[in-house]
Amino acid sequence: MKLTGAQILAEVLIEQGATTVFGYPGGAVLNIYDALYENRDRIKHIMTAHEQGAAHAADGYARATGKTGVVIATSGPGATNLVTGIATAYMDSVPMVAITGNVSTNLIGRDSFQEVYIAGITMSVTKHNYIVHHVEDLADILREAFKIANTGRKGPVLVDIPKDITAAKCEFTDKLPIIDHPSYSIDNDILNNISDEINNAKRPVLLFGGGIISSESSQELTELIEKSNIPTCHTIMGTGVLSYDHPLNMGMVGMHGQLTSGYAMEKSDLIIAIGMRFSDRVALNTKKFANNAKIIHVDIDASEINKNVHIDYSVVSDAKYFLNKILPKINQQDRFEWMEQINTWQKNDYKPIDSDKILKPHQVMDTISSMAGEDAIIVTDVGQHQIWAAQYYRRTKPRSFLTSGGLGTMGFGYGAAIGAKVAVGDLRKVIHITGDGSFHMNLNEVCTAVSYNLPIITVIMNNTVLGMVRQWQKIFYNSRFSSTSPNRKTDYVKLAEAFGAKGFRTNSPDEFKEAFNTALNANCPCIIDCSINKDENVLPMIPAGGTIDDVITQWD
Amino acid sequence: MQPVKRNVISVLVKNHSGVLARIANLFCQRGYNIDSLTVSATTDAEISRITIVVHCDQDMLEQLMKQTSKLQETIDIFPLDENTSLFRELLLVKIRADETMRSIIHEVANIYGAHIVDLSVGSMVVELTGIPNKIDAFLTVLQQYDIIEMCRTGITALAR
Repeated sequence: MKLTGAQILAEVLIEQGATTVFGYPGGAVLNIYDALYENRDRIKHIMTAHEQGAAHAADGYARATGKTGVVIATSGPGATNLVTGIATAYMDSVPMVAITGNVSTNLIGRDSFQEVYIAGITMSVTKHNYIVHHVEDLADILREAFKIANTGRKGPVLVDIPKDITAAKCEFTDKLPIIDHPSYSIDNDILNNISDEINNAKRPVLLFGGGIISSESSQELTELIEKSNIPTCHTIMGTGVLSYDHPLNMGMVGMHGQLTSGYAMEKSDLIIAIGMRFSDRVALNTKKFANNAKIIHVDIDASEINKNVHIDYSVVSDAKYFLNKILPKINQQDRFEWMEQINTWQKNDYKPIDSDKILKPHQVMDTISSMAGEDAIIVTDVGQHQIWAAQYYRRTKPRSFLTSGGLGTMGFGYGAAIGAKVAVGDLRKVIHITGDGSFHMNLNEVCTAVSYNLPIITVIMNNTVLGMVRQWQKIFYNSRFSSTSPNRKTDYVKLAEAFGAKGFRTNSPDEFKEAFNTALNANCPCIIDCSINKDENVLPMIPAGGTIDDVITQWD
Repeated sequence: MQPVKRNVISVLVKNHSGVLARIANLFCQRGYNIDSLTVSATTDAEISRITIVVHCDQDMLEQLMKQTSKLQETIDIFPLDENTSLFRELLLVKIRADETMRSIIHEVANIYGAHIVDLSVGSMVVELTGIPNKIDAFLTVLQQYDIIEMCRTGITALAR
């Protein structure tokens, strides 16, 4: 059967199970959008206000489901607008296929209207990218793109399709999607060494990251730590894997981690690191990181081994495969003394002060946790609110805390919330926690939530300033507040109404509870402006390059 | 601190347009400094060989190899050991030489096994193939003459 390139794209999307896509039309993708129109009963296309929002939506969709997110944009500015979204997915290893149109083959390289060399631009923020030169290659390139995106260490792949290729016809044959399960093998001696280390360790700590979510192995991880009674902490990307209240969950580690996690890392004699990459927000000082411990590192990407921290035992493997192999070799233990020490640290850990008059960030998070229910998906932007959410939101499940951990993309949240909401439908609530700074970056996407009637609840931790940067200026730059107090007069209630959403202004815990309750039952996009003090800090805080000995727990 | 040394790496890649850009881009992104890089054909038209020379310590070498092997178009990557591999480089050098200088330069060239490949009224072009050290030594000797321009290819290499 002869099909056009655009029709082939639609067929391969369906074949790959990518029946929900995000995007924005334009000149170079007219044929593609015509094919989407033709297939509108088989492919759901969500049109955003801006391509960046579409890229974040595809990313949020992928994070919430584990499926590959798909975004489509036109050539030139459409393609460049995707770049931040692609880079965000790349840094957090999120599977995504980005499809861009380009000018026709005969116009390429001539600085034609809306021409940009997007393959060159995205080379360092994709796992791989393609320019399609022949329509005959299109179907297999797209199939390969899906395979690369969701295999091994996941990530974004871009396919750039010139306009004439979308119009050209060729023979198309259906194929079943390739489900690739790369085989891993772990040397038995190494497994024995590792299990011996774990069984003999006096003060082990397990440290995990997003790899546990990607490999769907939170259950195996929980079995391991419970069997051997290993106190556990996580990076921001691992948030949600372990229930917040799990007795072995010490919480986040690193720059804004729990003190307990920091002390435990320092005193530990064995760190078991799984599906994480020792970023500078976790191993702030690589020379002094866990100096009393041997380190076991398990990661799917060989290049992560010995990249930032020197490792004693390394395993290149999918986390789930490793956990299943190691579990039978692990002895049951109670580790009474070590747990007692952990409990003592936990009792004395940093605790923010409550208030019943003004809105305190940790109490707002607590209220959201109680009211939104266990099934809710939390999506954050980047800044102080992000860390408060990571510290205090009582999540219970993987894929329920979506945040831009690696790239730290302000403006990620609304688009990602749209993607997550489209993915989970009415079944689960989606709460977007943001700051006034981040929200201003991509608030245009409220119109998308209204268009598609996606009842996303946005909670703005509104301190009127760029809180995180301002906090650094306060602590490290002698309170010289350069460009962090924008003096904006945005009325979020009117803004919400102007978009066709509902807005609430809250100044006290009671007002917030009432507004949040109304929003939960509103069945339309809602925006809640929470007025908080601009001098609220994110604490504890270990300065960049420091250790737990340098931790700041109070700053006025 | 680990010692920084010269490393020669051979990378077999799919012969697609843009492969060189990907490698160069990766090295640039990660801050690896390329001393020289050559791309050549192999017996398989689908595969090219890229020979890269970098100065770095062992940690960086390992990182660089792992990162490069992650590229979809990398088929194989391996370091080449100086003792078990053949390294060759080609040098072309144009020297100002009037009649009185010709025989002197010819003599120097002969000692190094270099060839005179062009002779013009005021200049000569000499060609030398050899291991990089030999080329360095030859160039040091030539310093005392008037070098107009020169070009060296960078290392191409094969395991024995």
